[in-house]
Amino acid sequence: MIRVRNLVKSFGAFTAVNDVSFDVERGEIFAFLGPNGAGKTTTIKMLTTLLHPTSGAIKLDGLDPQKHQNEARKRFGIVFQDPSLDGDLTAWENMEVHGVLYHVPHRHRRERIEELLKLFELWERRKEQVKKFSGGMKRRLEIARGFLHTPRILFLDEPTLGLDPQSRNQLWNHVKKVNEAEKVTVFLTTHYMDEADRVAHRIGVIDHGRLVAQGTPQQIKDQTNTQSLEEAFLALTGTTIRDESASGADQMRQFARMWSGGRR
Amino acid sequence: MRAIYILWLRELKRYVRSRAQIVASLGQPMLYLLVLGFGLGPVFQRAGNGSYFQFVAPGVIGMTVLFSSIFSGLGLLWDRQFGFLKETLVAPVPRLQIMIGRTLGGATVAIVQGLLVTVVCVIAGFRPHHLMMVPVALLFMILIATVFAALGVAIGSSLQDMQGFQLIMNFLVMPIFFLSGALFPLTGLPKALAAATDIDPLTYGIDGMRASLLGLSHFGAKTDALVLAVIGAILLVIGAHRFSKIEI
Ligand SMILES: Nc1ncnc2c1ncn2[C@@H]1O[C@H](COP(=O)(O)OP(=O)(O)O)[C@@H](O)[C@H]1O
Ligand SMILES: [Mg+2]
Repeated sequence: MIRVRNLVKSFGAFTAVNDVSFDVERGEIFAFLGPNGAGKTTTIKMLTTLLHPTSGAIKLDGLDPQKHQNEARKRFGIVFQDPSLDGDLTAWENMEVHGVLYHVPHRHRRERIEELLKLFELWERRKEQVKKFSGGMKRRLEIARGFLHTPRILFLDEPTLGLDPQSRNQLWNHVKKVNEAEKVTVFLTTHYMDEADRVAHRIGVIDHGRLVAQGTPQQIKDQTNTQSLEEAFLALTGTTIRDESASGADQMRQFARMWSGGRR
Repeated sequence: MRAIYILWLRELKRYVRSRAQIVASLGQPMLYLLVLGFGLGPVFQRAGNGSYFQFVAPGVIGMTVLFSSIFSGLGLLWDRQFGFLKETLVAPVPRLQIMIGRTLGGATVAIVQGLLVTVVCVIAGFRPHHLMMVPVALLFMILIATVFAALGVAIGSSLQDMQGFQLIMNFLVMPIFFLSGALFPLTGLPKALAAATDIDPLTYGIDGMRASLLGLSHFGAKTDALVLAVIGAILLVIGAHRFSKIEI
């Protein structure tokens, strides 16, 4: 479903993603793990047509996302690391805009929005402006929205960041449910090893832009002779703390968080 | 087409829902209209130029459309910061349609603001010379709104964050306003100032508004409309190009 070969992305002299290759099968849940600044988000941006790779090849469902942008875009849904809802619109309206942009036919759109809002427990609040929602509710709405156009692939970039354990648990249950019901391929990144261990069929560990290990959670533990994924992760990526260079984008992110009342 | 429509509608919904902002953005034109309109009236009259209030009202309407349209274009920065822009950029819709939807939405909001200020002007005592010509004034509002919404999108696409905002305000938007002849007549200006007003697109917008509302014009309404249409077309092309190059 996803096929990546020798993918490279450089920003000037700095190489954020360095010669990464992997495959994700249809219906699989694949977790991309790595410390801050490892290149996870950059990889997702290249997979989702937001960034041009410096070199390397990508195939999504057999399509090159650079050459067939719109065809590729119809096939995936994405939940970004940073919020991407319109806070002035209601939950329903956010879904509606998405449905129109993805050419979901009118009648089918209404039914599907209702079904998803109910599934993600947002139906009662559908007429409220999204800026009044809690962090967990916003995240659920973004995921529901990502499913609206029945994508074949769903990208989730740190979807549980900043959520409480209850919301995290509930969110993964939903994702697993839809993954099983609709055979959606899921590509996710997370900081929480226990989550990856629980939901992912296979895992890739990325560090400094390089893929340092991939396989099932069990294989990765075996490779590193460790008992938990957490230990395996530390064995693979070391114990030094990475301070993500505070780029303009990061500062903006902090600023946005500050002004949105620390919702996430 | 549906994509253009829904993005246009979104801009309108956001506008209608920000009531505090609507009131605030009407405050500034009000200040210019009432303080300058009545404050400078006697001087203007003594210089033999007629009623300053009548003269400045079209300028204040034009100013409202200018600010409102350029801000809505710059709303791109806001959407970039709060993330909604990404949602539209990964959608299976040509970027051109997204840009058009946003620009039309911004222009529509600016026209509504302009009409609100027009109503206020009329309440405060402004009287157009010929009612027949009011639709022509509306046409000029549309042209001003399009030119500056496109300029706003072009600038918004080129900036990474809000940091450049104050700069744009001080070194682009305010000069465009002050050099446009919104507040003073264009006749008998010093050469340097005349040259500056001549290259300011808003000059033609305000002149067109005066031509239609007061029957007095420096360049002639046809020239005004032509200049605005050409500049608008150029800025739309530039805006669309800049927008198509956005990477996040
Ligand atoms: N547009 C950019 N320009 C320069 N450097 C960037 C840009 N985007 C990301 N980076 C850098 O690339 C590295 C990888 O970032 P990212 O993919 O966001 O990491 P993460 O694994 O935490 O998602 C970081 O060091 C980041 O600062
Ligand atoms: Mg990231």
